[in-house]
Amino acid sequence: MSEAATTTTMPGPDADAAAPAAAAPAARRGASARSIASYLQAAPLALILFVFLLIPIVTIVVVSFWDYDFARIIPDFVLTNYREALGSSVTWRTYLNTLRYAAIVWALTAVIGFTVAYFLAFYIRSATMQMVLFLICTVPFLTSNIIRMISWIPFLGRNGLLNSALIHIGIVDEPLEFLLFSDFAVILAMVHLYTLFMVAPVFNTLMRIDRSVVEAARDAGASGWQTLWNVIIPLAKPGIAIGSIFVVTLVMGDFITVRFMSGGQSASVGLMMANQISLLQYPAAAANAVILLITVLIIVAAIIRLVDIRKEL
Amino acid sequence: MLQEGRRGPAFWLLGGFFVLFVLFLYGPLSTIVLLSFQGPDGGLTFPMNGVSLNWFRNLFEKQAVGDFGGSFLRSLILGLMVMVTTVLVSLLAGLAFRRRFRGATFLFYLTVASLIVPSILVSLGVGLGFQIAGLPPAWYSSAFGAQLTWTLPFGLLIMFAVFNRFNRSYEEAARDLGASSWQTFSNVVLPIILPSLIGVGLFGFTLSYDEFARTLMTSGTFNTLPLEIYGMTTNVTTPVLYALGTLTTLFSFLIILAVLATILILRARRARRAAA
Repeated sequence: MSEAATTTTMPGPDADAAAPAAAAPAARRGASARSIASYLQAAPLALILFVFLLIPIVTIVVVSFWDYDFARIIPDFVLTNYREALGSSVTWRTYLNTLRYAAIVWALTAVIGFTVAYFLAFYIRSATMQMVLFLICTVPFLTSNIIRMISWIPFLGRNGLLNSALIHIGIVDEPLEFLLFSDFAVILAMVHLYTLFMVAPVFNTLMRIDRSVVEAARDAGASGWQTLWNVIIPLAKPGIAIGSIFVVTLVMGDFITVRFMSGGQSASVGLMMANQISLLQYPAAAANAVILLITVLIIVAAIIRLVDIRKEL
Repeated sequence: MLQEGRRGPAFWLLGGFFVLFVLFLYGPLSTIVLLSFQGPDGGLTFPMNGVSLNWFRNLFEKQAVGDFGGSFLRSLILGLMVMVTTVLVSLLAGLAFRRRFRGATFLFYLTVASLIVPSILVSLGVGLGFQIAGLPPAWYSSAFGAQLTWTLPFGLLIMFAVFNRFNRSYEEAARDLGASSWQTFSNVVLPIILPSLIGVGLFGFTLSYDEFARTLMTSGTFNTLPLEIYGMTTNVTTPVLYALGTLTTLFSFLIILAVLATILILRARRARRAAA
C-alpha cells in the first residue's frame, strides 16, 4: 500500500536495462531467450490494451463517419456528424462550459492538493504518521463515486444541514436554493472527488525533494515564503503537472457528476455524449468523442510542453 | 518551516487546513451513514425521525429496490476477476519492463494513454465494437475488458515503483548460490514484492467494484452494483438509498482494512525474520 501511494514514481521503460549490454558473445543466446521472455511477459498487457483500448478508439473514429437513422447505424462515409457537431452553437457552448468546469476545478484542486501535500511532506516528521495521514486521504478514492455524490444531498439540500445551520445562525432567512442542483454543487462534488488525484502525485514529488536544498535556501537567508515560492514550488512542478493531467482529463470526460449534481440543468461534453448514446445516435456520439479526445490530447500536450514530467516517469 | 523542535504558526495553520480537508472528505459520508438509520417515517434529510433498521430491512426485500443481491454478486465476481487479472498482468509486464525490449516505449505510452482517455470514450468504443462484431456485451466480457483499461495502468505504475526500488543484488546472490530463474523468482523476488502485489490487488478490486462510466455501455443486460445504485437515484426517494450506500461503503472499508492489516502483518513477520 505504501508503494501504491507512490504510483507516479517509476523508472522509464528503459531506465535500467543498459547494464548487461557488455556481456560476452557467449551470453548472446541467453540474451535472446531473455528477450523472448520479455515479449511473453508483456504480451497479456499489450493484448488487453490492443483489444479494449486501441480497437475501441479506432471503432469510434470509424463510426463517427457513419450514418444513422432512428433505429440503426449505417456504414457509410459522411461528414454530417462532424458538421452537425461543429456547426451547432449548443456544442460550442457545451465545450466552453466543460472547459470552465475544468479550469475552476483545476485551480481549486491545485491549491488544496498542494497545500495538503505540502503539510504532509514538510510538517509531519514521523514517517509512520505521514503514511497514516496519507492513507486517510487515499481511502475515499477507493470507495464509490456515486455514493460520495449522493452523500451531499442531506448536506446541501433545501432542508439540508447547511441551510438549517445558516438559518439558525441568522445569516439567511430563506433556505438557499443554489446549493444543490447547480454549478456550485457540480464544482464542489468534482473537487471532492478529484482532489486526491492532485494530492498523490504532488506528495510524491515533494517527498523526493532533497531536504538539504531547502536547508540551503534558509541558510542563504530566504524566508519561509521565499523558500516555498522560489525553491519548493518549482521543484514540485512535475507532480503538479501529473495531477493536473489527471484532474483535467477526469473533468473533461465527466458526465455523471454533472448530470447528478446539476439536476440536469448544466451541460458537459460527456453528458451530451451520454444523451446521444441513450437516443442511440451512436455516430453523433462518436464524432463528439473524437472531438473530445482531440481536445484532451491538446491540453495534455500543452501541459507536457510547459512542464517536463519525464523525470517523474 | 522545518523548524527543529518548536512548531510555528505555519504548522497550526496548515494543520488546520488539513483537518478541514479530512472533514470535507469524510463529513458528507458520515451524514448518510447517520441518515440510513432514519425511522420508518423519516425522509432524505435531517432531522432524524426516530432511529430504526427499517431501511436496511427494506433493502433486502427484493421487490422494494430492484435486484440489489444479484447486482452485488455480479460486482463482487467482476471485482475478483479484475483483481486477479490486474495482479498477474501487471506483475508480468512489470518484469518485462525490467529489460529493454523492442516496442517497450510504445507499450509504455499506450498504458499511460489508457489513463488519459476519458472513461465514457472507452465505454462507448467497447460497446460499439461488441455491437458491430455481433457479440452480446456482458459484464463478464466487455465490461471486464473496459475496466481493465483503467486498473492495469495503475497496476503497472505501482510495479514500476516497486522494481525501481528493488535491489538486484538479492537476485544475483540467489543465482550465485545456484538457484534457477524460477527459484530466484518464487523464493526471492516474489516474497519481497508480495505486499505491493496485494496493494495492486486492492486497487484492482476496489476500482472495479466502484466503476461506473466504463461499465455503463458495456455491462449488457444485467447491472453491476454502481449501475443499480445510479438507477435508484432517479426513482428512489427514501433513505433506503442511504442504507445501500452505507452497506457498500462499509464493505469497501472492510476490504481496505483487511488488506492493510495483511500488508502490515507480512511486513512485521519479515522484520522479525530479518532480526532472527
